[in-house]
Amino acid sequence: MKKLALYAAFGILLFGAACTQEKKLPIYGDREAKISKDANGNEKIDTVYKTIPDFKFLNQDSVEVTQDAFKNKVYVADFFFTSCTTICPVMHRNMKTIYDKYKGNPEVMFLSHTIDFKYDKPSVLKKYAQKLGVDGPQWQFLYGEKAAVYGLAEKDYLVAVQEDSAATDGYVHQGWLVLIDKHKRIRGAYDGTKTEEVEKLKSDMDILLAEKD
Amino acid sequence: MKNQKSKVKSVSIKKIVVYIFFLTAVAVVINACQSASEIEMAKYLSNGKDIYVARCQNCHGANGEGLGELAPPLTDTIFLKANKEKLACYIKNGVGEPMQIHGKTYQEKMPAFKDLHDIDIAQVMVYITNSFGNKQGMYTYEQVAKDLQNCK
Repeated sequence: MKKLALYAAFGILLFGAACTQEKKLPIYGDREAKISKDANGNEKIDTVYKTIPDFKFLNQDSVEVTQDAFKNKVYVADFFFTSCTTICPVMHRNMKTIYDKYKGNPEVMFLSHTIDFKYDKPSVLKKYAQKLGVDGPQWQFLYGEKAAVYGLAEKDYLVAVQEDSAATDGYVHQGWLVLIDKHKRIRGAYDGTKTEEVEKLKSDMDILLAEKD
Repeated sequence: MKNQKSKVKSVSIKKIVVYIFFLTAVAVVINACQSASEIEMAKYLSNGKDIYVARCQNCHGANGEGLGELAPPLTDTIFLKANKEKLACYIKNGVGEPMQIHGKTYQEKMPAFKDLHDIDIAQVMVYITNSFGNKQGMYTYEQVAKDLQNCK
């Protein structure tokens, strides 16, 4: 009888261990195999993943911000503009709930690129951030020239953005919230207008934060 | 004697049945009258909710909570009551001037919803003014048409 109980306990333990197996998020984007030789002449294959390239923009405090501000951070990025009345308010309402969850967490940051290069100067972004109630270093609102921002959106974050005089507010863009890891790789993209996808982002964020390098 | 008793009984039962019939008929009539306006109200509420979700919720929130200082909440019952005749104008033409709501000033512009018809405005107004803690009852499209003539 004692033996049976022991077996049972062992079985439950094993089962539990199998269930708590570490979850990992996928890594998105093109990848390449890089072959290198070590000192002994043995070939080694490394996978080179797509990463977000270096950038330099002005933030809501008119301070120049580069990729260094996001070094070793997990961050959520999106593209928006302040005078947008369609999907941006709901995207930022949802993004704010993520911000509230990770407020003060030194490993987590937020990055909103404006695509309105004509109107959304740093002072406008500052006012917007204050009114949204998120003004601080953890959430950066970045302003830059059209070519740089639009290129970054479409080639690197894989978010479609466009100037469109036929649209209600003059621009159209997709509402993705893109999750970037500490190695600048895309680990997820979530529809920022849907609460259930935003909840998924939050749980994925926890998985990503728990991930060992 | 026994026969007489049962006769009395059957008469009184008949009376009771008639009364019950009568009362039920009255109740049905009253109920029907109430339902007509209630159904109309329910129609406004449910259509109004659809319009709200599609056109207003982005900024004003699913529970009328607003969005920071960018969009005001719709929970200021006193404001909504005091400005009831202006609400249709706000929705149709947008708002460009600052507004005092819940003691806070909101300066952002509200876009105009030119494509909404009087009936749409009436329905969404009924939804807003009877949700989020508001309870102002019915508002017809005729009233909307009247209010829109007085827009600034």
